[in-house]
Amino acid sequence: MKNETQEPFLKRLMDNTWLLLALGVVIPLVSYTLWGWVELGTIQPATLP
Amino acid sequence: MSLALPDRDWYKAPAGADKLWIGLALLWCFVMSVMMPFWHFRGKQNSRGEAYAVKPVAFLERTEKFAAANKVGERGGIPIAEPAPGGDAYLIGRMWSWYPILKLRQGETYRLHLSALDLQHGFSLQPLNMNFQVLPGYDHVLTLTPTSKGEFTIVCNEFCGIGHDKMIGKILVE
Amino acid sequence: MSTATSPVPAAPVRPALPAGSRRCDTTGLTVCLTAEKFIKLNAVCAVVFLLLGGIAAILLALTRWQAVHLLPVDWFYRILTFHGLNMLIFWILFFEVAVLYFTCTTPLKAQLFSRKIAWVSFAMMLSGAVMVNAIIIQGKADVLLTSYLPLLAHPAFYLGIILVAVGTLVGVFNFFATLYVAKRDRTYEGSMPLVTFGATAAAIIAVVTLLHGAIVMIPTFTYSMGWTPQPDPMWYRMIWWGLGHQSQQVNVCAMVAIWYLIAHLATGAKPVNETVCRGAFVLYVLFINLASAHHLLVDPGVGSAWKIWNTSYAMYLAVLASMIHGFTVPASVEVAMREKGHVKGLFGWVMSAPWRNPAFAGFVLSLLIFGFIGGITGVTLGTQQINIIAHNTLRITGHFHATVVGGTSLAFMALTYYVIPLIFRRDFIWRGAARLQPWLFGGGILLVSLGMSFAGSLGVPRRHYDIESAGIYGPATHLFLGVMGVGAIIAVVGLLLFAVLCVGTILFGEKNAGRPMADWGTARALVGSRAGSLAEDHWAMKGTVALTAVFLACFAVYYFANWKALADVWPVR
Repeated sequence: MKNETQEPFLKRLMDNTWLLLALGVVIPLVSYTLWGWVELGTIQPATLP
Repeated sequence: MSLALPDRDWYKAPAGADKLWIGLALLWCFVMSVMMPFWHFRGKQNSRGEAYAVKPVAFLERTEKFAAANKVGERGGIPIAEPAPGGDAYLIGRMWSWYPILKLRQGETYRLHLSALDLQHGFSLQPLNMNFQVLPGYDHVLTLTPTSKGEFTIVCNEFCGIGHDKMIGKILVE
Repeated sequence: MSTATSPVPAAPVRPALPAGSRRCDTTGLTVCLTAEKFIKLNAVCAVVFLLLGGIAAILLALTRWQAVHLLPVDWFYRILTFHGLNMLIFWILFFEVAVLYFTCTTPLKAQLFSRKIAWVSFAMMLSGAVMVNAIIIQGKADVLLTSYLPLLAHPAFYLGIILVAVGTLVGVFNFFATLYVAKRDRTYEGSMPLVTFGATAAAIIAVVTLLHGAIVMIPTFTYSMGWTPQPDPMWYRMIWWGLGHQSQQVNVCAMVAIWYLIAHLATGAKPVNETVCRGAFVLYVLFINLASAHHLLVDPGVGSAWKIWNTSYAMYLAVLASMIHGFTVPASVEVAMREKGHVKGLFGWVMSAPWRNPAFAGFVLSLLIFGFIGGITGVTLGTQQINIIAHNTLRITGHFHATVVGGTSLAFMALTYYVIPLIFRRDFIWRGAARLQPWLFGGGILLVSLGMSFAGSLGVPRRHYDIESAGIYGPATHLFLGVMGVGAIIAVVGLLLFAVLCVGTILFGEKNAGRPMADWGTARALVGSRAGSLAEDHWAMKGTVALTAVFLACFAVYYFANWKALADVWPVR
């Protein structure tokens, strides 16, 4: 949160609804959904000792 | 005002009390962020989600074999099985019972395999209040060390139909 | 201050009114008539679903209160399904669409993008909700809100949910399209107002939510029709919570936006620092949705790294956001009150706040219940390992009745005390009863939440018909379930009063078109005070600093007490 430049990145992000929308969709989709999907997809079959 | 357009120069760094509070809050968030990895490595209670894919039929077969081989008694028509100390134990959740009854020894560590045959069930060990999810198709392995003696009750705490509240199991620790 | 004074100083007269809009007689703001119509439609439906859910609530509470144990077992789970959907989905989503339509038009002086799309959205949502409720009451969908596979409901249940979700998504599209057109046509200059920004954050989160809803519900619907094989139960849990948990994060955002709005309407509060407030909403947008993992912390198949990272909302950045709002909202009220001359001691401003205003009282109770009870319990129970001693117990239910009911629903109710006079243009009937309503509802829900939380700490499961079968729960559990039952009675009385006030006012309230709404009570400025006098004093909010310090101390005590409780159970990996 610096205010030395005219239009700092954070301010531009706050004013850019579409970039926020894109990031807001992509971050949880990758971190939660896709990663979780991979976790479930890599489960090994049980050997039942 | 929150309903009107902000001033042209609204973009300002936090100052004074806001800044102090953001700093304190960040510090607290950092403490909480560190606690979970810390407990993962140094704490004794963790849920790692260790699981293997299993067909309900295969799990039933394995559990029945386990119950027959380790049977030390019977209560209400359900066998009491005592696994070898340090060995594997199997527990089935189904509508609406837990099978078999387990007899464990205090201080020994067991690999407890949990799975469901039909719907999802909830393994809720009382009065300790330890809770784990039980799913059909998943062999959920808990590496468990009973540290207290007595009769413990397994309550199902995932809704599984009309008889859900009657789904009660037991773990005996000597 | 006379009763005819508006809560907000009338804005300076603007040149011309855009076509299809009117000027508000109280605030001087521009109201889009199309948006107004759909705000009315959505708000009315919301209150009807709230009423249905409230009737279900009392039946459930009086069943779980073991001394009463009202319903038979099949109806208990049926009504529980009904309660969950009406409260967590229908009441909340309909009200949120109303909030979205308001925040994208009036503050931006814009027109709603499309009347047709608004109709499509409303028709889909309403038909979906009616379909779901009808199928539940017929006993063909006793699967609870989560409908965890392999439990299976009638296909109409899933189809209804899909209709509601897609209908909401269409409404959200209308919101974004309105924002786009407003920006393109320059109906406003610079950055959007904070309330609209908060609503945008809510709308973004809603997109992620409804996307997950579509991913999980469509294959479940086709499975229920027999067209496709059964989706994996664990996959279902994961994606379903992308719908179920995230939809409640939409609430959090909408609720916080409403806090800022009511703080402004009742006390003239301004955000103490726009950047900080907006930054907190950005953190919500980016990270709050990871917390769907809260529901999978003791599940098989997902590992510790995934659990710890996601449950922490990326190292608690979304918690940081809530803690920021928890500071900036009361701080803005305190600064506004101090500027009006209420400067006595640390908390003189609290004493002279407009407590007779039901919107203000509701907002403050919402903030306190959400923060102190809902927030602290939520973060603690959502700690990966601590979840072992909380998952699927009544502690969870106790937590979310503090967030979604004591927090969101109460904030929505509070806002309604302005929505009806300003949008329906009728002054409230029974104003004395209205002043009491937030206290009844908030107080009742506080008891519900505490009763559930303590019973859950003693191991009582949630979603459970009869704990006597286990034969292990003693008198303390029954006491706490009794507290929950008494609280539920008080809360439902508050809810029914709210419904009667709303319906009564819409039908019989005195029309206020052409004059400002009857004032609920706004903070009065003392002689010699000056607005804006504390704008540069960054330490003016001393009372808020004290309050938040208490909050942090409570948080730390509760958090570490739970680690201690966890350390006392059997070692498990």
